[in-house]
Amino acid sequence: MKFLEEAPRFLFFTGKGGVGKTSIACAAAIQLAASGQRVLLVSTDPASNVGQVFGVVIGHQVTAIAAVPRLSALEIDPQAAAQAYRDRLISPVRGVLPDAVVKGIEEQLSGACTTEIAAFDEFTALLTDAALTQDYEHVVFDTAPTGHTIRLLQLPGAWSGFLQAGKGDASCLGPLAGLEKHRSQYSAAVAALADPARTRLVLVTRAQQASLREAARTHSELEAIGLSQQYLVMNGLFPQSEAGTDPLAAAICQREQAAVAAMPAALLALPLDAIELKPFNLVGLEALRQLLVATPPQPTEAPADQPRIAAPSLSLLVDDIAAEGHGLVMLMGKGGVGKTTLAAAVAVELAQRGLRVHLTTSDPAAHLMETLHGSMPGLTVSRIDPHEVTETYRAQVLLSKGAALDAAGRALLEEDLRSPCTEEIAVFQAFSRVIREAGKQFVVMDTAPTGHTLLLLDATGAYHRDVVRQLVDKGAHFTTPMMQLQDPQQTKVLLVTLAETTPVLEAANLQADLRRAGIEPWAWIINNSVAATQVSSPLLRRRAHNELREIESVVTQHARRYAVVPLLQDEPVGVERLLQLSQPLACKKDI
Amino acid sequence: MKTIQVFDPAMCCSSGVCGADVDPLLVGFSADVDWAKQNGIAIERFNLAQQPMAFAENAIVKGLLERSGESALPVILVDGELALAGRYPSRDDLARWAGATLPSKPKSAAGGCCSGGSCC
Repeated sequence: MKFLEEAPRFLFFTGKGGVGKTSIACAAAIQLAASGQRVLLVSTDPASNVGQVFGVVIGHQVTAIAAVPRLSALEIDPQAAAQAYRDRLISPVRGVLPDAVVKGIEEQLSGACTTEIAAFDEFTALLTDAALTQDYEHVVFDTAPTGHTIRLLQLPGAWSGFLQAGKGDASCLGPLAGLEKHRSQYSAAVAALADPARTRLVLVTRAQQASLREAARTHSELEAIGLSQQYLVMNGLFPQSEAGTDPLAAAICQREQAAVAAMPAALLALPLDAIELKPFNLVGLEALRQLLVATPPQPTEAPADQPRIAAPSLSLLVDDIAAEGHGLVMLMGKGGVGKTTLAAAVAVELAQRGLRVHLTTSDPAAHLMETLHGSMPGLTVSRIDPHEVTETYRAQVLLSKGAALDAAGRALLEEDLRSPCTEEIAVFQAFSRVIREAGKQFVVMDTAPTGHTLLLLDATGAYHRDVVRQLVDKGAHFTTPMMQLQDPQQTKVLLVTLAETTPVLEAANLQADLRRAGIEPWAWIINNSVAATQVSSPLLRRRAHNELREIESVVTQHARRYAVVPLLQDEPVGVERLLQLSQPLACKKDI
Repeated sequence: MKTIQVFDPAMCCSSGVCGADVDPLLVGFSADVDWAKQNGIAIERFNLAQQPMAFAENAIVKGLLERSGESALPVILVDGELALAGRYPSRDDLARWAGATLPSKPKSAAGGCCSGGSCC
């Protein structure tokens, strides 16, 4: 593996949820330890199974791993770190300031930025305090800060006040204020990150378009701020040797090769390692030892039998949605789970029932939409380019609100506008025009704002709430967008996930976030399920079996209603194939 | 020289651009504060989301919050006395309150934007 050759002191693994970065980080740590190095493994995976993998309870303290000589591990829970941060700030004023005011503070501190920065705060010391890590040659992180976090930490305008005043706790740094560490420690941490002699960044991806696009974005963003030493790992490649075993396996192979061939140019220059999909589950020490070792094609193991699942189809869910006659349907989930495809599938199903539907997408690769436009009576399609609307929004703000500012002020404003919240707000504003149509027909969207954004939008002030109160007092009929989203008669949120551990956990987090905003997701959709198809490839059968546990957890712990959508042999483009996605599983013709 | 204290509403960043709509007054005010510091005016800002204790410990600010909730903010105190509530002051206001004939040569900012206590 190239990414482990002459490894520097710090190794960071980054990538979208579900690409396998924690497994690879564990495997890398094991391998470094096996080669005689002393290694500290730091996990910030909220589903951290590092303890499980090694059969020990790790938690928030450095723990020696008995089974692996020279390896120690530490788990940081970013949510818990953010919660501790909030508690530190808020508990002294609880009961002292009015409850409504305290609640407002809590909401402001519930965003993604706070979580990210609180987690970074936790591992800053590991980068800068030599005493803490002097016992180790390598520190391996299964996560990396985003560009936004690092820019916040670097921002010269924001630092200067502190540096002049020469004290450690003064800040205008937004979410950074209130953190414990001294500013000098942050700048030292950033310097360590940007030093190729000390730090290597490993981008982990799957051979899928969305995953590669994300890797390319992370690559450019982090390179732009000085993290120049980057490696690419393509994980879970479907082995060619399996392609002959069944048509679905062949189709997957072909799809992956096409994605790799069309890899974003920015990634081509990076040293590349490929890791094949293993026939075993990546649990346990032995499995992880094998992960980075290129194994010769194994003799086909006895194929497990095809699991049978009796899960509701998407078509059944759409029956219930259609019963209302009109309304807003929002598909929500992390990138790469197939929101756009399923939004199209829902829209096509509704149109098939003779209903009027407006499908609107924010997917940058919207060829799917182009094939649909004008293809069915009653179905209209439109598209919002998130990058474009965000840029327009930023430019507008800078032009109108930043005109009077000096260079330093503009730099601060520009940085604030790069926060992830800005994009969400810009996109949601663009969508809100379409949402109004949902009173007369169906509107299907492949995106939805997070609960945090909604609460921020809703909190556009006490003023807004006053207006609402007055109107209600006068008996006037009045709905705000927030009220529309909270009403299950008008709006149905469908959470999309894959039958894999991390994506299910991420969807559960999204659900919790929406509930905070008073929105109850209406149903879950488990997409790309192998368990819902007929396969003969041993690898795919293994995967089908692994899915059962995840589907079970969605059904019993998370979802009120759910549907399972099978992985199709061909990319679901066009009305015919989209309709196939929704078919009852039992009626599906064997592949 | 008088000291100006600004108690901001809960914001996730000092320019408030993360909200649904960017408040031009807030962006402008951030620039004014910067200007005031450049000119040696003693001015401190407290963000409710980041330094809530500063709000709880000040009787005037706490009283306003109890009476009117967050809509009382921003609150501006000059040498500890209430000067303005519910809106941001202008650059002229700042200069007048500080009682400063403004030096033409900018001085370095004094004290950053925290109170210098243990707020962070």
